[in-house]
Amino acid sequence: MAYLELKNVNKTYGEGKSATEVLTDINLTIEEGEFVAIVGFTGSGKTTLVNLINGLLKPTSGEVLFKGEPVVDTSHERGVIFQNYSLLPWLSVGQNVAMAVKVAFPNEKKAFIKERVAQYVEMVNLSPAINKRPKELSGGMRQRVAVARALAMNPEMIIMDEPLGALDALTRGNLQDEILKIWSKDKRTALLITNDVDEGIYMADRIIPLRPGPRATLGPEFKIDIERPRDKTELNDNPVYKKTRNAIIEYLMGIGEERKAISKKLYELPDLAPKSFVA
Amino acid sequence: MKQSVTVNKTQELKLAGAAKAALSKFKVKSPKFDLKTFLRKVIVPLASILLFIGLWHIGAKALFNIEADYKIQKALTDQGQAAANAMAACIASGDISCQPNTLPSPAQVWESFNTLIADHKVISADKLAFKEKTAALNEKRISEGKDPITYTGRPSFVDQNFTSLNTVFAGFLLAFFIAVPIGIIIGLSDTLRNAFNWLIQVFKPVSPVVWLLLVFMIVKTMTKDSNSDSAFIISFISVGLCAMWATLVNTAMGVSSVDKDYINVAKVLKLGPLQKVFKVILPSSLPLIFTGLRITLSVAWMVLIAIELLAQSPGLGSFVWEEFQNGANDSNSKIIVAMFIIGIIGFLLDRIMLTIQNMVSFNKNATA
Repeated sequence: MAYLELKNVNKTYGEGKSATEVLTDINLTIEEGEFVAIVGFTGSGKTTLVNLINGLLKPTSGEVLFKGEPVVDTSHERGVIFQNYSLLPWLSVGQNVAMAVKVAFPNEKKAFIKERVAQYVEMVNLSPAINKRPKELSGGMRQRVAVARALAMNPEMIIMDEPLGALDALTRGNLQDEILKIWSKDKRTALLITNDVDEGIYMADRIIPLRPGPRATLGPEFKIDIERPRDKTELNDNPVYKKTRNAIIEYLMGIGEERKAISKKLYELPDLAPKSFVA
Repeated sequence: MKQSVTVNKTQELKLAGAAKAALSKFKVKSPKFDLKTFLRKVIVPLASILLFIGLWHIGAKALFNIEADYKIQKALTDQGQAAANAMAACIASGDISCQPNTLPSPAQVWESFNTLIADHKVISADKLAFKEKTAALNEKRISEGKDPITYTGRPSFVDQNFTSLNTVFAGFLLAFFIAVPIGIIIGLSDTLRNAFNWLIQVFKPVSPVVWLLLVFMIVKTMTKDSNSDSAFIISFISVGLCAMWATLVNTAMGVSSVDKDYINVAKVLKLGPLQKVFKVILPSSLPLIFTGLRITLSVAWMVLIAIELLAQSPGLGSFVWEEFQNGANDSNSKIIVAMFIIGIIGFLLDRIMLTIQNMVSFNKNATA
C-alpha cells in the first residue's frame, strides 16, 4: 500500500460556465520515507495540488488517499510549510512555534512545550531571535521559523510549497541542506513543490514535472540515482546529474514550446505611422 | 480695546514661556541642536497659533465695530442725537450695560477662562467647607441609617468637565460592550452579516438627537418608580448608541477580512473554533477594532455636547446652553472657552486611544 496516493484527481474552481479546470487526471504515488519533488511553472496549479494533499481543499473528483484513508481534513500527520511563511505577525518566533506544539501535544506539560519549542528554534539556528516578531526577521529567517513550526509538530510527512522560492541563492542553499538534514535524520516522507529543477535534483529521490494549467497534469517521473549525501559542488560534474537535468529541462522546454505553439495566433496591428515633425 | 491688547501681549508672553518649556524638553531629547527641526517643530506651530489669534482678534474687532455702529445708529433713529452720543460714550467707556453682543476677542475669552477657574476655586473651597461642617452630622446620619447630606450647590465649570467625561466614558463602555461582541459575531457569519446589514446601514446615519428621543421614550418608562438620575442614564445611553456604529462596522469588517494565510494556519494546526477566534481572528483584527474604537470615542465626545444640551444632564453641553440662554456680558466668551476645552479634551482622548492602539496591536504604524 502506498503511503500517499492520488487517483484520477480533478480540481475545478467555480461552477457552470465560469468553471476553470485547474488540475486534471492527477495520479501520484509516494512511498514511505521518499523525498519527491514536483517541478512546474508558476501558475500551473502547484499550490492547488499541495492544498489537496494537505486537506485544505477537496478534489472535485478522484481520491486523495493518505495511508489508505481518504483525506477529508487537515491533519497533524501532514506538516505544511507554506510558500509565504504564514507566520502570525502578532506572535514572537517562540510563540508561533509554541502554538503548533501546543495543538500537536495537547496533553503535555508546559515545561515539555517550552523545551520542544527551544529545541526546534535551535535546530533552525534562531535561538537568539526567539523573542522577536516575524516583522523583525529577514525572509530566510521567517522561512526557517515556518520550517521549525511545521517540524515541531512531529509530522509523519512534510509538505513544502515552494518553501525557498522567495529567498536569495545563498540562504536557499543553506536551508536546502537544513531541510535535507532533518529529513534524513528520521526519514520522514517529504513532498517538495518547486520551480527550480536544480533544487529538485539536489534534494529529491524522484522528480515529477507538472504540466502547466489550466488542466494541469503530471508528466513522466525522473528518478534521481545519485547517492546521498549529495555534494553541491561535485554534483555539477556528475554525469547522472547532467543527464537527468538535461532530460527534465528538455521536457519542460518542450511543454513551453507546445504552449507557445497553441498561442501562435496572428495579431493584426493597426496601420499607423509615427507623425513626422520635420516636415 | 487697549486693555485687550495688553492682555493679548501677556498671553503671547505665556505662549513664549510654553515654547521655551517645549524647547528645553526638545533639547533633552537630542543633545545636538538642530535648527531645521527646531524651526519645523516649535517655531512653525507657534507662528500658526499666533496667526490664528491675530486673525481672530481682527475679526472680533470688526464684528464689534459693526455691532457698535448699529447700536449708535438705532439710538439715533429712535431717540435722537443726544441718545446716540450717550450710547457712543457708553460703548467707549466699556460699561457692561451697553456692550455690543458679538464674537468675543481672544483677550475676553482668556479673561473668562480665568474667571471660570477662579469661580471653580471658590466653589471647591465652599464644597470643602461644607464637607467639614457636615462630616460629624453625616456620620451620625449614616449610623442611624439615613442618607447623608450632600452638597447641592452649583457645579463649577471644571466639575462639569468631569461630569461630561464621566458620561462619555460610560457611553463609550456601553458602545464597547455592545459593538465589539456583536461585531465579532456578525463578522464571523456571512448569514448574520447579511441579516443585520440593513439595520446597521439604516441606524448608522441617524442623528444623535433622534437617538436621544428614542432612549428618552424607553428610559422614562423604565425608571418610572426609581429616583435614580435618569438624565445621566439617558445621556450616556444615547451617547453609546450614537457612537457604537463605527466600532461595530470596523469589528465586523476586521473579523470577516482576516488574511486567508492565517486562516489556513489555523486549519493546518487544527485549532478548535474558539481557539481559532481568540488566537487567530481576534488578534489579526485588533488594529481595525481599535480604529473603530477611536472613531467611537471621538464621535461620543462630539455628540455628547448636543445630547447633554437636550437631556438637561449636567456637563459641558448644558453649560454651553445655559450660558447661551443666560445672555450675560461674558456668556459668549465663556461659550468660546468651553469650545476650546471641548476641543482639547477631545484631542487628548484621541491621543490616549492612539497610544493604547499602538500598545496592543502588532501593527505598529498606526498614525493620526
